[in-house]
Amino acid sequence: MIRVENVSKSFGSFKALDGLNLRAGEGTVLGLLGPNGSGKTTTVKVLTTLLAPDSGDARVAGHSVLSEPELVRRNLGLSGQYAAVDEKLTAFENLHMVGRLYGMNRHNAMARAHELLGSFRLSDVAGKRAGTFSGGMRRRLDLAGAIVARPKVVVLDEPTTGLDPRGRLDTWDVVSRLVADGTTVLLTTQYLEEADRLADHIAVIDHGRVIAEGTSAELKQSAGSERIDVVMRRAADLAAAASVLSQAAGARADEDPQNLRLSVAAPEGHRLMVRVLSELDARSLQVEEASLRRPTLDDVFLQLTGHATAAAPEAHAPEKVGVPV
Amino acid sequence: MSAITAAVRDSSVIARRNLINVVRTPGALVTGIVQPVMFVLLLGYVFGGALGGDQYRSYLIGGILAQTLTFNASFTAVYLAKDLQLGLIDRFRSLPMSRVAVILGRTSSDLSTSILSVAVTLLCGLAIGWRITTGPGAALAALALLLLFAFAVSWIGAVIALTARSVEVAQSLGLVWLFPVTFVSGAFVSVSSLPGPLRVIAEWNPVTAVATAARELFGNAAPAGFAAPGGWPAENAVLYSALCSLGIIAVFAPLAIAQYRRISKR
Repeated sequence: MIRVENVSKSFGSFKALDGLNLRAGEGTVLGLLGPNGSGKTTTVKVLTTLLAPDSGDARVAGHSVLSEPELVRRNLGLSGQYAAVDEKLTAFENLHMVGRLYGMNRHNAMARAHELLGSFRLSDVAGKRAGTFSGGMRRRLDLAGAIVARPKVVVLDEPTTGLDPRGRLDTWDVVSRLVADGTTVLLTTQYLEEADRLADHIAVIDHGRVIAEGTSAELKQSAGSERIDVVMRRAADLAAAASVLSQAAGARADEDPQNLRLSVAAPEGHRLMVRVLSELDARSLQVEEASLRRPTLDDVFLQLTGHATAAAPEAHAPEKVGVPV
Repeated sequence: MSAITAAVRDSSVIARRNLINVVRTPGALVTGIVQPVMFVLLLGYVFGGALGGDQYRSYLIGGILAQTLTFNASFTAVYLAKDLQLGLIDRFRSLPMSRVAVILGRTSSDLSTSILSVAVTLLCGLAIGWRITTGPGAALAALALLLLFAFAVSWIGAVIALTARSVEVAQSLGLVWLFPVTFVSGAFVSVSSLPGPLRVIAEWNPVTAVATAARELFGNAAPAGFAAPGGWPAENAVLYSALCSLGIIAVFAPLAIAQYRRISKR
């Protein structure tokens, strides 16, 4: 449904896209993950015909952005980085206008606007100006605008950037429902958590090219095994505890004396955790906190690019294993 | 649907949206209303006494109209630049809509501001003694000519917005050219009083032509002591001003549309 083939695009001497290849099947969500300046927005602009590639081609629903841009636009909905709503128009007027611009007649545009306001929980504020809306509501209205014409492909450029946690959950909910209806979605994000949550398939891009791709699970697997993190209560216990961990895991534990934290790779994390804790207890080494952590996409990203992504708005809570201490 | 009906339809959708914006942001119209009133009173009474009193004030109205409508091009520049700065235009550009509609919708809806400016100027003129001394036909022709000119300069504003890409730049670029263009003209003084090269520029300046044509059609004679304007443009003011407007549209509309196809936010 979406196919990007060897697309390059430069702005002066800056290579925004450098031989980018992407593919998304019908009814799937492709997550495009990368830091600022990695080429996400340029990719979106090429796919939505806002920008012509220097070389290569992209196809949306089988139509080339170069030779059939009009057909691409007919099959595509865009929700850009900044909610594209007219603040002076009401929610209804915004959607009605977009429907008309997609070529619907007055009556159909009106019916579709009301239908979407209902399904995006905006019916109550249909007659209110979009300028009075919260960030989350505005984004919902913008997403509704992207699917007015029931496009086969929806492109969402950083749909939750700048939203509060509630707005983000709202948006995720909407995206999930889109996919349930069979729409193909391309989603760009800097938030690993978001890609993890929404995307069937993730392409990690940096400097305008794909540096890794796969499902979220596959990418995480490539980052290595689970880790056990233990924080000790007393500094004096640190060395002894480190040797317990190292012995149990069969690998050297990393020590962080400042935070009294120990960390070790643990291929069979759950089983090992129980052993480590009972061993530490048997030696009266007091544990403040213990957690079993799966590698996050953050770890994947760090490993692939050598630099971290933007801090996710919500920290990735490590999976806690209940430890009465 | 043919390309032209699609363009007209999409443009009217955009124009409607712009008009809703105007109605809901009445403060934005203040400049369009206050400025002509201010200029009528300032020029009519500060310079009017020295330049011919009542007769000058009546003569002045045609000039104020031409000046005000030229200035209205800056509204197009600023509001189109504002739209460009929001993500809204990116959305429009990703829609299967006419590539002409966003700008044609803007220049069309900005005519409403110009209609308001003309109405205010004429009411203000009536209050200080300006009258139509010809007939309703000629007066209607004058209004049509004025609005055609307003529509034409609005396309200059559109090109400025599409070139500037930011509201601030559009605002200053949209204003700087207005002063020389409106003052080096016969809008407020007799062209004959200007020195050599300026006089030639003023004689051929479309603003002069529009002011002269409006005076001719409304039947407002020059005050005594104003040398009668000479040259082809003055003798054929109605025709020349219509040609100027059409010429401006012929040059700036394709420019604006070509720019629109090219631009992309960032």
